[in-house]
Amino acid sequence: MPAGKQKRTKYNNHSADNNFFRMEGSNLLFMKELKTEQCDDLINFIRQMMDDPELDLVKFDLSGLEDIDSAGVITIFFAKQMLADKNIKVEIVGGSPQICKKIELFRPGQKEIKSTVPKKKIFELVGEKTHQLFSSYIYDFLILGSSVSYYAIRDLFNRKSRRKGEFLTQSVLIGVNAVWIIVLMSYIIGLVIALHSAAQLRDFGADIFIVDIIVIGTMRQMGPLIAAILVAGRSSSAIAAEIATMKVTTELDALKTMGLDPVRFVVIPKIYACMFTMPFLIILANTFGIAGGATAAYSYLNLPPEIFTNRMSEIVQNKDLFTGLVKSQVYAWIIVLTGAFYGFRVERGAEDVGRATTVAVVVAISLVILADSILGLLFY
Amino acid sequence: MKYENMIEVRDLSATIDGKKILSGVSFTARRGDITVVIGGSGAGKTTVLRHLLGLYPLTNGYISVLGKDISSITEKEQNKLYLQTGVFFQNGALLNSMTVGENVALPLVQHTDLPESLIREIVLMKLGLVNLEDSFNLYPSQLSGGMLKRAALSRAIVMDPPLLFCDEPGSGLDPLSMESLDYLIMNLKNRLGMTIVMITHEIHTILRLADKIVFLHRGNSLFEGSVEDALSSENKDIKDFFSVVNKRKQSPLQNNSPESNL
Repeated sequence: MPAGKQKRTKYNNHSADNNFFRMEGSNLLFMKELKTEQCDDLINFIRQMMDDPELDLVKFDLSGLEDIDSAGVITIFFAKQMLADKNIKVEIVGGSPQICKKIELFRPGQKEIKSTVPKKKIFELVGEKTHQLFSSYIYDFLILGSSVSYYAIRDLFNRKSRRKGEFLTQSVLIGVNAVWIIVLMSYIIGLVIALHSAAQLRDFGADIFIVDIIVIGTMRQMGPLIAAILVAGRSSSAIAAEIATMKVTTELDALKTMGLDPVRFVVIPKIYACMFTMPFLIILANTFGIAGGATAAYSYLNLPPEIFTNRMSEIVQNKDLFTGLVKSQVYAWIIVLTGAFYGFRVERGAEDVGRATTVAVVVAISLVILADSILGLLFY
Repeated sequence: MKYENMIEVRDLSATIDGKKILSGVSFTARRGDITVVIGGSGAGKTTVLRHLLGLYPLTNGYISVLGKDISSITEKEQNKLYLQTGVFFQNGALLNSMTVGENVALPLVQHTDLPESLIREIVLMKLGLVNLEDSFNLYPSQLSGGMLKRAALSRAIVMDPPLLFCDEPGSGLDPLSMESLDYLIMNLKNRLGMTIVMITHEIHTILRLADKIVFLHRGNSLFEGSVEDALSSENKDIKDFFSVVNKRKQSPLQNNSPESNL
C-alpha cells in the first residue's frame, strides 16, 4: 500500500467524507472551495495530523482550489501555525492567481497582538480595587457632594442663577409623577403587613395593638422607606441616564465652554425638587400605608375606624413626623447625588449609559436602606 | 489687547489612558485668521482642541489663549475666558431639553443682566444670521442635521466672542449644507473680524476657508503654513492627505453667500 494511502486512512474520521480536502502522501490537497463551512472540518483534520509522529512536512496544495473566503485564508494560516507548534513544517504550494490574491488580501497580520492588560495577581487586584474605591469612588462622591452642597446653599439666595421653570419641571418629574405608584404600593404593603400581624395578635386577644404595629411601623419605618425606594428606582436611574447622555453628546462640555458649571446647572434643580417633594411623598406613603392597615384591621379583626383613629391619636408623637422629615431630606440627597455621580462618571457610548443607569439604581436603593438603618437606630 | 497671536501652543504633549496622543505639538493662530487644524483620524486634532478649551488638564507644554497662559489660570479666570470664546461642537451639543431659542439665549441669560425682551431680540437676530428665526420655539430633536449645526453656530456666537472654535463643523452634512455652513463661517471672519480655529478633515472646507493650516500626524505637528505651501509640500503624509485635492482642483470660495444674511 502506498504511503499516501496509509496516511489517508490514518485521518479518515468524518473529514474523510468531505470533498474539499484530502491527504495524499505528505500533500494536503484542497479542492473546490475552502469557506467558513469547511473550516471546522479542516481544523479537526489538522488536529489528527498533529498526533502523527511520522509526519515532519506537509504541503498545502491549493492547485485544486477554485474559491476561498477570508475565514478559509485565516484557517490555512491557523492550521500552519498549529502544525508548526508540533515541529511539522508546512509549505503552501499552488493556487490560481485569483486564490493567491485573496490569500494576500486576507492573510493575518504579522504583528503579534499582545494583551494590553497585564495579568494581575489576586492581592495586587484586591489592593488596586480598594485603592480605586477610596481614591476614585469615595473621593469623587465627596467632591460632588460638597460641590452640590455649596451651590445648593448659594443658589438659594441667587435667583438669577436658577433656570426659569426648571424647579417646577423637576418637581413634577421626581415628585408628582411618583405619587400614584407610592400610593398604591404603600396601601398594598400596609394591608399585607397588617393582615399577617392581625393573625398573630388575634391568638393572644391583643387586637387593639394592631394599630400600634401599623402606625408606628409605617410612620417610623415602612412609609419613608417605601417612598424612598420607589423614588430611587424611578429618579436615580432617570438622573443618571440624563446626565450620562448629556456627557456622551458633549452637552456638558458645551455648558462648561459657556462658563456654566454642569453640577450647578443640571444637579441643583433636581436637588431642590427632590428635597421639596420627598416630605410630601413620605406623608402620602404614611397615610396610605396606615389606610391599608386600617382596612385589614377592619375586615379581619372587625376593628371599627373610630377605635382605630382614637388609638392612633394616642400613640402618634411629633417625633414620628419629625423623623420622617429628616429622613426625607437625607433620602433626597442620596437619590440625586447617586444618580448624578454615576451619570458624570460615564465616559463614552450607549453601553456606559446603560451600565450607569443600572448601577445608580442599585447603589441608590442600597444607600437608602443603609441610611434608613442608621437613622432608625438614631431615632429609636 | 496687545497680543497678535490669539492662540499659541508650544510643545504640547498629552497621554490619555496610558496612550501617548500628542507629542510636541506647536502652532499659533493669528488674530483675524481662520486657522485650520487638519490631519487624518487619530492624528490628535480633537485632543488639541480639548486642551485649548481647558477640558483636558495641561500636563506638558504651553498654551496661551487670548494672551492668557491656561496652565496657570484659576477656575474663575477660565470661566471669564470661556465668555470670550465660542465653541461650535461637532454634533451641535444643543441641550435637548431646551428650545433652540432657549439654547441660544442661555449664555446671555446666565452671564448678563439684560432684560428678557432684549435677550429675545438678540437671539432672534443671531438666529436670523443663520436663517433660523422660524426655529426659535423648536426643540433640537425637531431640526435637521444642517439646521442643528446652524443653531449651534448661532449659540456659539451669541456673546460676540473674538475667538471661535469649530470642531468638525461639516461632518455629517451633505455637500450643499456644508458649503452653506462654510459661507457662514467665512462671513463671521470677514464681517465680524472673528479669529477662528477649526478642526476638520473636510478637504473642501480647508480649501475654501483656511488662511493657515496646521497639519497633525500621529500626535505631531508636521506642518504650519498657508494652503499653497501645504499643497506644494514634499512631505509624504501631507502629499497623501491632499492627493484627492490635487486631482480635483477645487477653486476657493467667493464671498457672496446665497443663504447668509451676514
